[in-house]
Amino acid sequence: MPEREITFAQAVREALAEEMRRDSRVCIFGEDVAEAGTPFKVLSGLVEEFGSERVIDTPISEAGFTGVGVGAAMTGLRPVVDIMFGDFITLTMDQMVNQAAKAHYMSGGHWKVPMVMRTTLGATRRSAAQHSQSLHAWFSHIPGLKVVLPSTPYDAKGLLKTAIRDENPVVFFEDKMMYKLKGPVPEDDYTIPLGLADVKREGDDITLVATSSMVQVALGAANLLEKEGISAEVVDPRTTWPLDEKTIIESVKKTSRAIVLDEGYGRYGVTSEIAAVIAEGAFYDLDAPVKRMGAMHVPIPFSPALEDLTVPTEETVFEAAREMCGKS
Amino acid sequence: MTTVTSKPEASQNFSTEKDKWLRAYRQMVRIRLFEEQVNELYTRALMPGLAHLYSGEEAVAVGICEALRIDDYITSTHRGHGHCLAKGASPDRMFAELLGKETGYCRGKGGSMHIADPATGNLGANAIVGGSVGIATGAALAAKRLGNGRVAICFFGEGALGQGSLYEVMNLSQLWKLPVIYVCENNLYNEYTHFSETTAGTILGRAGAFGLEAVSVDGQDVHAVNEVASRLVKRAREGAGPAFLQADTYRYSGHHVGDINREYYRSKQEEQHWKTERDPIMLHDSWLVAQGYANTAALEHIRAEAREEMEKAVQFAIDAPYPSPDQVQQDVYA
Repeated sequence: MPEREITFAQAVREALAEEMRRDSRVCIFGEDVAEAGTPFKVLSGLVEEFGSERVIDTPISEAGFTGVGVGAAMTGLRPVVDIMFGDFITLTMDQMVNQAAKAHYMSGGHWKVPMVMRTTLGATRRSAAQHSQSLHAWFSHIPGLKVVLPSTPYDAKGLLKTAIRDENPVVFFEDKMMYKLKGPVPEDDYTIPLGLADVKREGDDITLVATSSMVQVALGAANLLEKEGISAEVVDPRTTWPLDEKTIIESVKKTSRAIVLDEGYGRYGVTSEIAAVIAEGAFYDLDAPVKRMGAMHVPIPFSPALEDLTVPTEETVFEAAREMCGKS
Repeated sequence: MTTVTSKPEASQNFSTEKDKWLRAYRQMVRIRLFEEQVNELYTRALMPGLAHLYSGEEAVAVGICEALRIDDYITSTHRGHGHCLAKGASPDRMFAELLGKETGYCRGKGGSMHIADPATGNLGANAIVGGSVGIATGAALAAKRLGNGRVAICFFGEGALGQGSLYEVMNLSQLWKLPVIYVCENNLYNEYTHFSETTAGTILGRAGAFGLEAVSVDGQDVHAVNEVASRLVKRAREGAGPAFLQADTYRYSGHHVGDINREYYRSKQEEQHWKTERDPIMLHDSWLVAQGYANTAALEHIRAEAREEMEKAVQFAIDAPYPSPDQVQQDVYA
């Protein structure tokens, strides 16, 4: 029987529905999550199945309902808080950084915050500077939080189910350009551990460490590189914290070259952190300095002519990798 | 919006009423004496960090917590020792926490501003002003969803009226009819600034705008506080939704123990007035005697017992071990 293929958005919805059927404590709240099913229609149909007691529309109050999520998680529910655009996490920072991330440690391990925040990242949707950022590095910086960056429908379902079952606050970033991406997803219940990288493609000459939206870019670049006789390995960490340093280092030790790709800003960002991990763990195996590629250090511009220049593409990654391998 | 003042008790059951109000007296005295020990520990440099004393505000915490069940929730503030004690925390483990010891409520990881205790429904004291308004509201949401009949009390000072998240959660809790009571302890000072310089309009008007039941009470009068709290807790438990209680009170000490020269923001005469005319323990003391519930010797006995309890608790904390170094990386994740 051919493997079933569904979209990334359907995979997210399926994970939520399965977990809500499995555990009556799981509930969703956020702006336009119920009948509207969010602007991306990711949650369509959930309120019909689970009712408005469990799929709850909120006012436009990100700080307020995120804080409610923290308190509800501490006292017996397992909330999935929906922040419509990743740019709006700025409004939730006190609740996530000072409250959710610290409640367990600060209470000497007494209170737990089993909550998931789902939100988005990614540019090139012509949404301009306040609806296009990839700010996952901010949460990756904070002890007490976990950060998940699925890059395929399969990973989205398995990782989201794990995130919901986790006893800690987990932030789940979905690339909004990927919602229509199709891929094989089992219909049965499966989970993927947080902190386990996935080698999306094996290769020998160069390692492309890529997250979220950049995984497809890296795979595209790897196809172009193959035609030039360069064998690229694509490693997807899948979570920025916990970070599977071992898989990344082992890959780079094998290939001796690395480019790190992430759609956030590189400055003090995910690419910088992973490059440092590689430098610490595989320095003497490297044949070239580690290269970082991420969002250009500008607010994301609106004009397509400008916006497309701000993110790595298959072509720019291909050129950078070819140069690193001495073939330019 | 109404203002509640104290009324004479129509004591249908003398001994029940007597026990109740003597317990309230004991609780207020325990808080006062706890804070005296904190002041002592701090000035003797035995206590690290900061100490924000609750002295002067005892009738608010006690009047409210005496209206609660043990499994009801509270969230507290940086000035939270009174809330913790009133909700049932034990002073020995509190002092141990204040000294950063292993036997403290948070194993020494939280300190004075973060005491939390699941056994008494204490979701934790919060050092971000207004930081717990979401947590208390979320606890109320969970209580309603799980149908466990619990109520959440969110304590904060009038300084938190400047934080926008308070207005977000009052809107949410009223829309969803959540069993949460926002208790604004108006001790008149946002740290070193009189609240009138930071607060436009009226306090109750803020809550009234969202349709919350909004009430003010004399926060120095434990009877008045308890009476109004009992009513608000009852209606919240019955599903009538959230409420906002403004408790007018006074902070005897500075913002923290080190805030000694305070004349640039308030006068010694003002402090003296509150301490001699409006002291919640003194007022309750006189009332108990007038009701025939206790004589002065009986009240002195309660104070002596509480003093001894606090001295023993301090000694417990001083003798307690510090956490071992391997603790530093434990409990980051559950």
